Amino acid sequence: MSPEFIAGIVVFVLAAFVGLEVISKVPPTLHTPLMSGANAISGITIVGAVVAAGIGEGALATVLGFLAVTAATINVVGGFLVTDRMLEMFRKKPDRR
Amino acid sequence: MTELLYLAAAVLFIFGLKQLSGPRTARRGNVLAAGGMLLAVVVTLVDAAIVTWGTIIAGLATGTVIGAVLAARIQMTAMPQLVAAFNGFGGAASALVALAELERFDAVFAEETGVTVALSLLIGTVTFSGSFVAFAKLQGLVPGRPLLFPGAQVINATLGAGAVALGTWAVLADAAPAYWSIVAVAFVLGILGVTPIGGADMPVVISLLNSLSGVAAAMAGFVIGNSALIIGGALVGAAGFILTVLMGQAMNRSLANVLFSGFGTEGGPAVATGDKPVNRATPEDVAIAVGYASRVIIVPGYGLAVAQAQHAARDLANALEARGVTVEYAIHPVAGRMPGHMNVLLAEADVSYDLLLDLDQSNPRFPQTDVALIVGANDVVNPSARDDTTSPIYGMPILEVDRARNVVVVKRSLSPGFAGIDNPLFYLENTMMLFADAKAALESVLGALGDV
Repeated sequence: MSPEFIAGIVVFVLAAFVGLEVISKVPPTLHTPLMSGANAISGITIVGAVVAAGIGEGALATVLGFLAVTAATINVVGGFLVTDRMLEMFRKKPDRR
Repeated sequence: MTELLYLAAAVLFIFGLKQLSGPRTARRGNVLAAGGMLLAVVVTLVDAAIVTWGTIIAGLATGTVIGAVLAARIQMTAMPQLVAAFNGFGGAASALVALAELERFDAVFAEETGVTVALSLLIGTVTFSGSFVAFAKLQGLVPGRPLLFPGAQVINATLGAGAVALGTWAVLADAAPAYWSIVAVAFVLGILGVTPIGGADMPVVISLLNSLSGVAAAMAGFVIGNSALIIGGALVGAAGFILTVLMGQAMNRSLANVLFSGFGTEGGPAVATGDKPVNRATPEDVAIAVGYASRVIIVPGYGLAVAQAQHAARDLANALEARGVTVEYAIHPVAGRMPGHMNVLLAEADVSYDLLLDLDQSNPRFPQTDVALIVGANDVVNPSARDDTTSPIYGMPILEVDRARNVVVVKRSLSPGFAGIDNPLFYLENTMMLFADAKAALESVLGALGDV
């Protein structure tokens, strides 16, 4: 295995532990926005899609690149926007009790 | 330099997720994460040796329009299917990235890269097809009940083994057709894997698909050697994993049981409804009960979402509060079709989030509660989960509404919940049944409240 690949595995494992640590404290009330926010982050694959689409060799590669960028962008843009829309509604009423 | 900027993007993701864990900071957290994403995209556009801009711009524009329109127009009750669809797009994108690499290098990879290509294709495609089956079930395009077919587990196990065999062949022989075959097998596996799973198990399934979409992104990160994808994907994989475990615990079931059992299909014990007496109530009866109570706890379930009754519940709660009644909401972790579904609906109806109680906060309060008002929930308030060791749902943590002085159940009919199990709660002496659509029922109780 190449050193880069091993470094990648190290990063993956450590990041997964960071994720477990950060997320395990989220209260149930925020589980839906957490999930849709995390879902938008998984759209990071847009970076790979942009690279694939930009190299542009051959018709099939172009089609695959276009589809990848489109799908990832739907995931990213839609995910962050709808999470914001939900979180905007989570309010605490100061005039209560 | 590029690597450091990707790291900065990843740090923004972590801070964003961290802030998403508190209601006050959550919105800022989402903006931070979105900022990290923008940074990662801009860095890539500047740095990568891009020769054809047309494809990228077309894809970004198409995706932005579709994503923005979906996000702006979706009803909050339909949030589970939207998240399922977004999961599906994420999984598809990761698989497509791997396919593009496959084209580019003509399937000739170092062995470890080949393994990650195969995994990206497998996990990304399963996420894609599985998510769209989940979407179809949640949207009502196909029946939400578990659809079992004979030999399902044998077929799925064969497909899984086939994918592994194809992957081994693909990696060892640099065989492009083998890689493409993985996509076909994974596509079928995703469909057959989710089809047998019933609607009420969707909180587990959506959490799991969410986790898989993260893992697929991380695998794509290995394929193209990009640390931002690996970190972002690992974070999401972990987040989805935690939610999957939490949802499983809330149903007292293992992940394997959810995925493979087709819960509720065996019919359960024959449900003999109709011959046992229940107390049928009118809206006026319910108005008297809640109007003269000092503490009411509303227990929402999926029926509230279906009837779009969250605003009617809020209106009734406001009217009760004006009479000096304390009103709170008790929310079971798996109420609805995704984790936190009910909380989002009530937030949409402008209910303050500090009135939303979780399982541990609610149960000690029921003995001091005058009326537990159950709107469209069933299995999560079924006392047999606590009392009847022969019940299929025995051991599942429930909201102990039967400990309240009075119980009002708003329900369309006596039909059993998804688990096909009768609910002894309905036949208790202090239980009133109001048979109606949730929204219409709450509105008529509110109307009757003026006269009591």
